[in-house]
Formats: sequence, C-alpha cells, structure tokens
Amino acid sequence: MLAWVFQFAVLAIVLAIVAWLVNNVRVNSSEQNIPTGFAFLDQPAGFEIPGNSFRQSQSVSAAIYQGFLNTLRVALAGIVLATILGVAVGVGRLTTNWVVRTICKVYVEVLRNIPLPGIVSFVYLGVVLAMPRTQDSWKLGPLVVANVRGVSVPWVTGSFLRFVLVLLAASAATYAVRRWRLAVNARTGEPAKVGWWAVPVFVLVAFWGAVLVGNGVTTPELEGRLTTGGMTFQPEYFALLVSLVIYTASHIAEIVRGSIQAVPKGQVEAAGALALGSWQRLRFVVLPQAFRIALPAFGNQYLNLMKNSSLGFLISYFDLTKVVSTSIGNRSPAVPAYLLLMVIYLAISLTIAGVVNFTNRRLQLVTR
Amino acid sequence: MSVDPNPPETAVVEHVVVARRGGAREWVRTNLFRTPLDAAMTIVFGLVGGYVLYRFLRFVLVTGRWTIVKRNLSLYLKGQWPDGDLWRLVVAGMIIGAGAGLVAGYIGGVRDRSGLYPAPPSGWRRVREISLRLWPLIALVVGLLLLSTTIGPWVTVLLVLVSIAVGRAVGERLPDGAALILAAGLVAAAVFLVWFLTRALGWDGWGGMILNVYLAVISITLCFPLGVLLALGRRSEFPIVRGIATVYIEGFRGLPLLPLLLMANVALGFFVPQSLTPGKVVRAIIIFTLFTAAYIAEIVRGGLQSVPRGQFEAARALGLSPITTTFRIVLPQALRNVIPAIVGQFISLFKDTTLAGAAMGFTDLLSAASASTKQSDFQGQGVFAEAGVFVLLLFWVGSYTMSRESQRLESRLGVGER
Repeated sequence: MLAWVFQFAVLAIVLAIVAWLVNNVRVNSSEQNIPTGFAFLDQPAGFEIPGNSFRQSQSVSAAIYQGFLNTLRVALAGIVLATILGVAVGVGRLTTNWVVRTICKVYVEVLRNIPLPGIVSFVYLGVVLAMPRTQDSWKLGPLVVANVRGVSVPWVTGSFLRFVLVLLAASAATYAVRRWRLAVNARTGEPAKVGWWAVPVFVLVAFWGAVLVGNGVTTPELEGRLTTGGMTFQPEYFALLVSLVIYTASHIAEIVRGSIQAVPKGQVEAAGALALGSWQRLRFVVLPQAFRIALPAFGNQYLNLMKNSSLGFLISYFDLTKVVSTSIGNRSPAVPAYLLLMVIYLAISLTIAGVVNFTNRRLQLVTR
Repeated sequence: MSVDPNPPETAVVEHVVVARRGGAREWVRTNLFRTPLDAAMTIVFGLVGGYVLYRFLRFVLVTGRWTIVKRNLSLYLKGQWPDGDLWRLVVAGMIIGAGAGLVAGYIGGVRDRSGLYPAPPSGWRRVREISLRLWPLIALVVGLLLLSTTIGPWVTVLLVLVSIAVGRAVGERLPDGAALILAAGLVAAAVFLVWFLTRALGWDGWGGMILNVYLAVISITLCFPLGVLLALGRRSEFPIVRGIATVYIEGFRGLPLLPLLLMANVALGFFVPQSLTPGKVVRAIIIFTLFTAAYIAEIVRGGLQSVPRGQFEAARALGLSPITTTFRIVLPQALRNVIPAIVGQFISLFKDTTLAGAAMGFTDLLSAASASTKQSDFQGQGVFAEAGVFVLLLFWVGSYTMSRESQRLESRLGVGER
C-alpha cells in the first residue's frame, strides 16, 4: 500500500515537472507570438541544400526529408567503412609483426583520445579545404581526382538501384555455391575450398549482371577546371565521412581486440591440438566466439556513429541537425522543430538498437 | 584475498625470457620476418608509417608556422581571464593539486599499512616509474613553460608541484577510516572553488581550456547523484519508478548531444519562466548534466549488478531496512567497482565539451583555435592545421593521461578482486 503511494507520488512529481515545462513553453510562446504547432512544416523552406536539387519554394518537411536522407547517407557509409577499418586495425594490434602492431597501437591511442569535433574541424579546414585548386588537382591514375571542390572516384553509370539488385543477386549466388561446396565436402570428404569458388562466382555474376542490366563504369577525368565523370563527393560529406570513420574505427578496433582476447585460451590450444592451422583456428574457433562477444558493443558504436553524424552541423553538411537549425534561422518555431528533430533521432536510434538486439538474440548461445 | 608478491613464473614470462635470450637477430626474425608475407607487410607498412612520421615531423619542426600558437597561447589556455585575477587560477591549481595529492597519498597509505602489496619503489626508480607513466603530461608542461615569456607559469607549476607533495605527505598519514571525511572535504573544496573563481569573471566570460575543464568537472559532479538515483530507479521493484527511469535513460541515450545543446541555446528559454532564463554556460551545464546522468546511470547499474545477491540477502537477514541495505551495503561496493568506468565517462565528457563551444558560441579551446586563424595577422594563410594540431595535442595529453591513470587506479583499488 505504502509502496503504491510512493510510486504515485513520484509519478505526480514527474508529471508536474513536465506540465510546468509545457505550460512555460505555451506562456512564453504566446507572449512572443510564436506558434507552438507543426503548421510550419508546410511553409516554404526558403533555403537551398548544396549538392541537391532541393528548391527554396519546397516545404520545410521536404527539406527535413532531404536532411534525413543525408544523415542516412553518411551514417550507412560510415558504418560499413568504420567496421572494415576497425576490424583490420583491431586484428592488426594482435599480429606478431612489430611494425603493424605498433602502427595500429599508435593509431588507436591517438584517435581515441582526441575529441571528434576537433577531428571534424581539422579534417575539413586543415585537410579537405587545404587541397589543391581544380587546375592542379591531385590525381591517382584513373581512380581518384581530389581538389578543393571535392573528391571524385569511379562509379557505376545507369540505374544505381539496379546495380544494388545485381549485387544482391551475386551475393545469393555466392551463398548457394557455398552451401553446395559444404554439401560436397560433407558427402565426399573432398576439401570444400569455399573461398576458391565463392570469390570468382561473385565477381562473374556481379560483372555480367551489371552489363546485362545496362550498368557501366565512369572514371573521373579532369577537363580544364571541371571534373567530369565518376562520382564527386562534396568536401563537407567527404570530411565528415572520413572523420566519423577514423574516429569510430579506433573504438571498434579496441572492441575487436578485447573480444578476441576474451576468447578463452584453451579454445585456441584445443584447436591446435586438433591440428587446425592458424587460419582455421582464427576462422572456425576464435572469430565466431569473438563476434558473439563483440556484437552488442559494435551496435553501440553504430549508434554513436549515427548520433555523431550530427556534427555535420559544424562544417555545414546538410544533415538533419543542420537542416532543422537552418530552418529555425528561417523563422520556423524553435521548440516544435527541435522536438521533431529529437523524435526523428530517437526513432533512428531505436531502429538500430532493435536490429542489433534482434541479431544478438539470434546469435546468443542458448544455455540453461 | 592476498596477492603473492612473487607470482609463480608463467608461460608468458618464460616466453619473454626465451625471446630475449635469442638477442636482437632472434627478435627481428620473430617480430618482423617470420614468413614471406610477414616480411612484405613489414616493408610496406614500415615505408608507409615511416613516410607519415617523416611528414609529421617535418610539419612540426620545419614547415609548421607556429607563430599563431605562440601568440595565442594564453587565449587557448585561459581565454579572456583578467590579468589582475590570475592569482585565483594559481590558488585553484594549488587546491586541485593538493586534493589530488591527498587522494593518491591516502590510497597509497592504506595499501602500505595493509601489508598486502609490495612497497612502491623509492628514489630514482620512483622518478623513472613516474616519468614513464606521465611522460606526455610532463613533456607538454615543459614545452609550454619553454614557450612562455614570463616567470609566472614557472612559479605556478612550482607551487602546484609543492602542493601535490604536501597533499601526498598529509594523505599518507590519514587514518584508514578517513575516506568519508576526505570525500566531504573534496566536495566542499569544489564548491569553494566555484565561488572563488566566478568572483573574478562571470560564468559567461570564461574561455579557453579552463572552460572545457570547468564544464566537465561541474557536470560530472552534478550528474552523479542523478545518475545513481536513476540507476536505483531502474532496478527498483516498483514498476512506475522503473518505467520512468527506463524512459529517461533510454531516451537520452538515443539522442545526440549536439542537437540537444543547439536546442538549449535557442529554445531552453522557452521551458522556464522568463525571469529564470539561465546564462549560456549554465545552459550547457544543464544539458551536459541531464545527458551524462543517463550514461552514469547505466554504469552504476552495471556496478549494482556486479554486487552478489548474497550481500543484499545477508543484510536483510540481519534486519537492516531496504534503504539502509542499499545505501550502506550495496552502493559502496557497487561504486568502488565503477570508478574506472566513471573516469572513462568523464574523459568523453571532457572531449564533448568542445561541442558546447560550437553550439553556443563561447570560445572554448577548439573555438579559440578556429577564432585565432581569423585574426588579421593569420587570416587567409591556411594555418588551421597548426592551431588544430596544438589544440588536439592538449586534449590528447589530458585524455590519454586520465585513461592511463584510471587503468592504474583500477588495479590499485583491486576492482575484480574479492
């Protein structure tokens, strides 16, 4: 009985605080003649988004949608690249090669201990904007053209959606080949050699599939002061992506190292006693167990990366935060606009957390 | 549990001995050229790493135009702090140094008297140990002193060192049960420092690195009680309390910090009556406190889960009330276990304070660096790299030293033992 009185007292206090805040917003807004509703979403935005066909006359909600896409663009690419770099560095810290080990260690210890806003400003102002002018662009064969206007890399022509579908088909074919090889191995005892089969299958299917649906390749070329062909990343996008990737990778590397070290030593020794080679020990014994340990921490890093993409604001990359702030500068009411921003971020966070939790539950060992 | 001062020789130790016995050639073979692939990696990565190191050293020693750093050193470190009140910073440094010395001396004294641990090395070996541990900090302080043009910084560093030594000497002589009094004294000293320092310059006039440190210290202190309450709430048996705590924690953990600060900058005034509208630094502190409390709550919750259930049950069996059990039995054990994680959170808060400068427009360390590149002498010369490298170095030394020391604290507190 007393317990319930206590609980309702706590609830009443919390509700009272919330009501007080809401009431303050109402009073203050009406005193300053600022609307509290969401009607501003249908007003024309009144600003442009660089690197985008967005027009000033389109509505604020359309601008926020573009910002949402920009946030996803940098977050998804960042998650993929940071995972690759982070795993490489994390494994590198555990190799027997002193040079590789030291480089990876210095990388991790340096980047983990400096603030991300500093990295973003430094990469943008000190590196990307300090790149050469277009006339004397920095070139790496047909692969990269980099100048102060952006960084261009080869890209596919034709429908990008179709290309993604082709890649999915190639992955499916690879998976089928893998299953077939494992079945052959189980039936006849012949070595499965999944790698020898899977990689060529993937490359062949992806290549001929892309040709069939009409995709081609375009490489960046320098024509006078213009870069034509290829895919040009705006300097802001490039700087933000690089900063997020190198920063998050340093954290992922520590997770990878910790998880691999957390696999009991007896497992490796037992695998050795079963005459598995060093690659087999890593591939079939250590990594599957380490992955299971690392997964929740990886999910946290992905969440952090998505949230940190809001730092695009610092260098005027038009992600969600920058779009909403700009729109508030253009007379959208601050309180509802920021609340909407918070709700969108929360929704993305909960989605990522949900995916990670689902995968985690599927992968956890079922014990007593 | 006692620790054997002479642990039995393990396989790892033998391995190291064997490797050393083989001499330099053996070391090169096992660490650099074990296989052909290994040799290729050594050469490729050695060349890449060597080139990066060469470019970096060339930048630091030859091509870097460091005038901007020399000219703006005091702006970076202390913002627009008035010269007449510099003595306040010196006194604050001495108080903080004495506090740190007291804590270190107290922990050392308790360890010595317990007789469970090997005695710390003495004389030159101790100097060597400390300089190996703190080399980035020592190198930075010496470097800054060499850059300074007046005697003031030298005197300051000397006074701080003396107060650390005095604090240590006093701390070692404190009796074992003094932890609570020590903690109360430190909190009192912190409150005094806030009053003492804000008398020189109103909150919103602060800038430079002292602003970053100040924001981080105040916010972590304020968010700690809130975080502990939220953690207890989340583990409570009462569903409504648990629900509120969970929504708060998960909500704040799902939000990025920068938009929260931007919102506080523009919209916090709407949430309170106009007579109460806080200044900018206070707004930043409010947001950092609310935000970090959610993370502290998760850390403390982990600590609470690490306390065996038997402790709680035994206390209840002895007839202690649930509240006494929580605050006298469970929480002390839980908090000891989470001190290193809280230091980690403090480090990330320290790094995050740079966001406040960008979102709210005061000249913290990072904003001061970009502002200094726009001074008339440096405008348009592309010297952000120099200012940026210097500022990032300051942050790096601070975070790196704190994280190393927290690992050391972890082993010294015996986390995970018992």
